[in-house]
Amino acid sequence: MNFRPMQYLQQIFFIIVLGIAIYFFIKKIKQIRRNIFLGKEEVINDNKQKRWKNMARVALGQSKMVVRPVAGILHIIVYVGFVLINIEVLEIVIDGIFGTHRALSFLGPVYDAAIGFFEILALLVLVACLVFLGRRFISKIPRFHNPEMKGWATKDALYILIMEVVLMAALLYMNAADQVLQSRGVEYFSSAGSFPVSHYLTGFFTNFESSTVVIFERVFWWFHILGILFFLNYVPYSKHLHIFLAFPNTWYSKLKPAGEFANMPEITNEVNLMMDPSKADPNMPPPEKFGVSDVTDLSWKNLLDAYTCTECGRCTSSCPANITGKKLSPRKIMMDTRARAEELGVAKDNNGADHHDGKSLHDYISQEELLACTTCNACVEACPVNINPMEIIFGLRQYQTLEKSAMPSEWAMMNSNIENNQAPWQFSPSDRANWTKEI
Amino acid sequence: MSEPIHVPTVAELTVKGEKPDVLFWVGCAGSFDERAQKITKAFVKILNNVGVKYAILGTEESCTGDPAKRAGNEFLFQMQAMANIATLNAYEITKIVTTCPHCFNTINNEYPSLGGKYEVIHHTQMLQELIDEGKLTFGADPFKGKKITYHDSCYLGRANGVYDAPRRILEALDAELVEMKRCRKNGLCCGAGGAQMFKEAETGNKEINVERADEALATGASIISANCPFCTTMMGDGVKNANKEDSVQVLDLAELVAQAKDL
Repeated sequence: MNFRPMQYLQQIFFIIVLGIAIYFFIKKIKQIRRNIFLGKEEVINDNKQKRWKNMARVALGQSKMVVRPVAGILHIIVYVGFVLINIEVLEIVIDGIFGTHRALSFLGPVYDAAIGFFEILALLVLVACLVFLGRRFISKIPRFHNPEMKGWATKDALYILIMEVVLMAALLYMNAADQVLQSRGVEYFSSAGSFPVSHYLTGFFTNFESSTVVIFERVFWWFHILGILFFLNYVPYSKHLHIFLAFPNTWYSKLKPAGEFANMPEITNEVNLMMDPSKADPNMPPPEKFGVSDVTDLSWKNLLDAYTCTECGRCTSSCPANITGKKLSPRKIMMDTRARAEELGVAKDNNGADHHDGKSLHDYISQEELLACTTCNACVEACPVNINPMEIIFGLRQYQTLEKSAMPSEWAMMNSNIENNQAPWQFSPSDRANWTKEI
Repeated sequence: MSEPIHVPTVAELTVKGEKPDVLFWVGCAGSFDERAQKITKAFVKILNNVGVKYAILGTEESCTGDPAKRAGNEFLFQMQAMANIATLNAYEITKIVTTCPHCFNTINNEYPSLGGKYEVIHHTQMLQELIDEGKLTFGADPFKGKKITYHDSCYLGRANGVYDAPRRILEALDAELVEMKRCRKNGLCCGAGGAQMFKEAETGNKEINVERADEALATGASIISANCPFCTTMMGDGVKNANKEDSVQVLDLAELVAQAKDL
């Protein structure tokens, strides 16, 4: 009896599906790369040693995740599971292309131990994802329920978690069917692997004929790999890009003190022209615009930040403005920045690379949000992948102040006091040292 | 305590052909704000007591430009910065101490690329150094067993990573430090930074300083210590809001040290 019906057709089908999945994945990634480089050029390659260390500690080592231990440890399980179980995906791909059964099983006891370990991981990932679903949809953790989480953002989280649960279940059931076939000595299903978890699922198959179990095995095998290929192509559209981008994002993250806000060189030149022309570069053209009005005025790193954001909301839950009920939410700043980069990217796809749709990031982010920031860096500190929402807020604020003169009247007053009295309050500069007479 | 202290200016020293070892950058709050002046005076008393050769710029000092920059006015910031740098460089200043973490951050981090390169320290770092060197000593443990909590300012803490110096001072004062849940890297802002001090807050359901003061009060400490004139004001207002100003004091670490030395 032939237990491997239409084997060659399966192989051909697999290769086609794999090719399509990789093609569309690469296409979308190229588009995202283009969108990120809509931002301004910024050379970031100093102190490479420190950068590699940051990446190893923060992205690979998840050091900032465990600041909140429950979510942190669950996340490490899913992360380790994702990375290691993907080694098995490599085997699945080989089997799919060459029609082999567990191509890597020649590794013998190492293979058996690995498969057993992956099963335990798969179970842990499955449980962690169920807990994540519970945390997000049953418990009332406030950061999952801010206004920006309405609609797609929450659905996105739900889809990802369900996909992971289903994928892990398929993997375990595939193994269960496989071991039943192995134990029956069915041709092609040679004995390989150890199954500490799926061992408990074999009862489901014992009453079926071997030919039926083969079909089950194939169905779960196909379900698992198609699921993974679907997930691969879902990720670039979702908040889940951090699984790739967390690494470059931490590498390129700011090394200078968090309190250091970059000085705008174009303004330095203008000020030099006024105060000390000998230091100024007379050939430097006056800038077209001060501050940030659109994603094209941000650094490409700010846009990488936006695409890396997983919308976990740790920034927002530590933002003093948000905690006290103000409209500002650093997570929303990141989501808006990505949405705007996507929108501009689409407009350029449709109308050519030089096209600008006339919209701006300020259409997404209101002045009320920008004004509420205390520049305290809590959001920057809280981000598990070193995203900096404050830089974007600050750039947008600079535009409002410098280009639109849009600011609260108290700030206008403060500025004129600094200009005229050398202090933000209306005191006479000649009184500055009066306190020395009272000591 | 009785003898008036003369606070020298750099100009004055220059006339005598002298230079200070360290310039005390007073800052606008420290110069003009009544509450912050107390911190300035306490710090000057300590400098005087220890015998540090310091001087101030006096009327030649000008706003660092920090609030203008944070409010988005980069132009005004750079004008202020360059004017200050011209003054500091003319006097060949090499070391600066300041009681304001905003001034500290700006001069230390944002002046160098504009031509102002100095060694800048915050007064809590200087106090800690003086304690470590044995130049600043305390007698009969005036704060022994007293519960004191400490509020990390954003611009000394997260912005510049200085968490330990202020805590070491409290240790030297023999106080019992009770930490708030949100401390060090996770410290909560007082609500004043980013030029918020100079405008009304946006609409919300609570003032940030009230949220923070409530957290500090919940520790049961009778003193809330701080390192920033703006935090001191914000926390003081928060304590008043909770009607606790009679039982709980908000004091800068310089004030605590001056008190401990009966200055």
